[in-house]
Amino acid sequence: MNAHLVAFPREASVEQHPSLLPAIEVTGLGKTYELRPVLRNISFTLKAGGTAALLGANGAGKTTLLRILATLVKPSAGQGTVMGYDVVRDAAALRRLIGYVGHQPHVYDDLTARENLLFFARMYGLAGAAKRTDALLERVGLRAKSRERVRTLSRGQTQRLAIARGILHEPRLLLLDEPDTGLDEEASTLLDELITERAATGGATLLTTHNIAHGLSRGEDTLVLAGGRLTYNGPSRVLSPGDVRELFVARRRER
Amino acid sequence: MQLASRSPAKTAPPMAPRRRLPAWLGPVAHYGEYVLGAATVITLMLGIWMAFAYAPTDYAYSPTNVTLDQVQRIEYFHVPIAWVAYLAFFFVCVASILYLWRKDERWDWLARASAEIGAVFTTLVLITGSLWGKGALGWWWEWDARLTTSLILWFVYVGYLLLRSYTGRSESGARAAAVLGIVAFVGVPINYMSITWWNTLHPPREVLGGGANQSPASVVITVMVCLLAFTLLFGYLLIQTYRLQRMQHEALRLRALVELDER
Amino acid sequence: MSDTRLFWSQVWAIIWKDLRCELRSRQVWIGMGLFALLVLVVFNFAFDLRTDNLVAVAPGALWVAFVFASMLGLGRTFNAEQDRGSMDRLLLCPVDRKAIYLAKLLGNVLFITAVEIVAVPVFAVIYNIPIITGLLIPVVLGGTIGIASIGTLFSAVAANTRAREVLLPLLVFPMIVPIVIGAVKATQSLVSPVSGDAPWLGLVLAFDVIFLSLSALTFQYVVEE
Repeated sequence: MNAHLVAFPREASVEQHPSLLPAIEVTGLGKTYELRPVLRNISFTLKAGGTAALLGANGAGKTTLLRILATLVKPSAGQGTVMGYDVVRDAAALRRLIGYVGHQPHVYDDLTARENLLFFARMYGLAGAAKRTDALLERVGLRAKSRERVRTLSRGQTQRLAIARGILHEPRLLLLDEPDTGLDEEASTLLDELITERAATGGATLLTTHNIAHGLSRGEDTLVLAGGRLTYNGPSRVLSPGDVRELFVARRRER
Repeated sequence: MQLASRSPAKTAPPMAPRRRLPAWLGPVAHYGEYVLGAATVITLMLGIWMAFAYAPTDYAYSPTNVTLDQVQRIEYFHVPIAWVAYLAFFFVCVASILYLWRKDERWDWLARASAEIGAVFTTLVLITGSLWGKGALGWWWEWDARLTTSLILWFVYVGYLLLRSYTGRSESGARAAAVLGIVAFVGVPINYMSITWWNTLHPPREVLGGGANQSPASVVITVMVCLLAFTLLFGYLLIQTYRLQRMQHEALRLRALVELDER
Repeated sequence: MSDTRLFWSQVWAIIWKDLRCELRSRQVWIGMGLFALLVLVVFNFAFDLRTDNLVAVAPGALWVAFVFASMLGLGRTFNAEQDRGSMDRLLLCPVDRKAIYLAKLLGNVLFITAVEIVAVPVFAVIYNIPIITGLLIPVVLGGTIGIASIGTLFSAVAANTRAREVLLPLLVFPMIVPIVIGAVKATQSLVSPVSGDAPWLGLVLAFDVIFLSLSALTFQYVVEE
């Protein structure tokens, strides 16, 4: 894919050059659902163009954190900025710059793969939608099936479509929630390639995964969530899968 | 047990930041509540006495000169109860707007509290209105604008409370209910107006409260006193139900804390 | 692309998407249409409309049929977004929430109007009422927009609850009483005009304007988490 950068909306509220701003900067973030705290006092920074893996056991709060960064959910406490834009105040401007690939594909079953992407291209107001869509479908290996209804595609193919949708508008930050669910070997390699390509062009990526080894190899940095708190925030290379599993356990006294 | 060993600073899970109320409000609210309660009781007793003993029943009540007896006294309760039912809904609307604007959950508690009171009072409006109609004018129900709008209000309250019960204590449920409160309140005057127009072709047999112009002063005073009494009663009940909401919230919060501890 | 152009392009995109999905999957609107016709037939038996007073009563039957058929259709407004997930994907796009509301509203109006286009001639025939005049269009359209504006908003309100099929009519019916009154009276006056009557169509249109704007403004609070 060419390294065409999305033009920034005029509301950028910082003086620094946009590409030097940290991709994510989160301070004291907390989220409580119906009086149950799901995230507590999360603080970390993802540098511009960086790639990080977010690991944690089930229910640790990974999806919630990702959804807050994607502006789908408002935090109960603390602050978060993505490339200088606040996730609450500047949410509308931010959506153009963020891509999200969720746990479930959630594509429109009754449309074809191509129609799905064309729809979202129109929602993002992208020029040259048809060409870009076709190129993307080719890239994720769905060209042969692009004019069949999504209902007839396999889980892996639907997931590839979801990934294509996530990068359709060339977002500066890509958030991936367990993207390798349902992917076969080939598609998993494709995902690796896409992430590497992104890093080369300055796009940041934050992904969560259950596959610890995979996560450690994909992300330069690793964040470990346990019981809603960050128990590790640093480079991946010093961690082994065993270390990570230990970090999954929330220390009960620390509340 | 385990709670004693913690320092207080670490016990509370993070909550949404709230504006602190001024410190002097505490004692004022505390004593004010007693004053309000006393005033409510006094005015209520006065109102009841006036309704049963002071107000005359032998005046020409309606345009058709039907003189009424003791049954007419129910008007002194029906009118204030109706007033409170609509006032409560007004509070629901205002609290809903403030909740959406300020995102402070205490406004949501106020909306819930007010809705509970309003639902009860609307039920009473329908009952007293029906009793009055039957006793004074011979019919159980009439589709006049006021009674019909109250019936529709009753359904709105039921829908509101049902939505609340389905969505529990979630934020999105609170927001959905707030929107319902606002939109439904705007619908009330439109409803009233359209039913009034609808009735111009077929005027109801007898309109409740139609003889207001001809009422002697004592009747008017009684109605005023009862209005005041019930308004104070509403205020007092609102404080109680609001407190109930707050305590429910606290109880849930503590339970969540205990569950956290056990994990 | 300018903001306004983008706004309307997005509205149109969502409508188109919903239409496509609806046409290719369940054929809800056929069910709606048949249901409306059935209501008209049942009314004839329930109220024995073989009377001289037909003109006074029949428009009511027509609008009852419309209202109940609308309930069927409104429930499906957010089914295309099915579970929470699809709605989230839509909310992730840089789209004004009012655009989503408008698109859903117009989609609903389209569906209900399609049913009405079928039902009105059938109604005129089986009740033998000369109702098909040009003036019928603003009345029917006005009433439909009123029902749909409230219905779309409350469909979103009820969408996340357990008993949405029960809750939706319960929330919508009290609100649309003015529409029912106004539309029925306006339809009646088309057939047998009464001088000095209240401005029923004006009531309906005022209702539409008020509740359309109110719903568009409050929609974002309902649909965002």
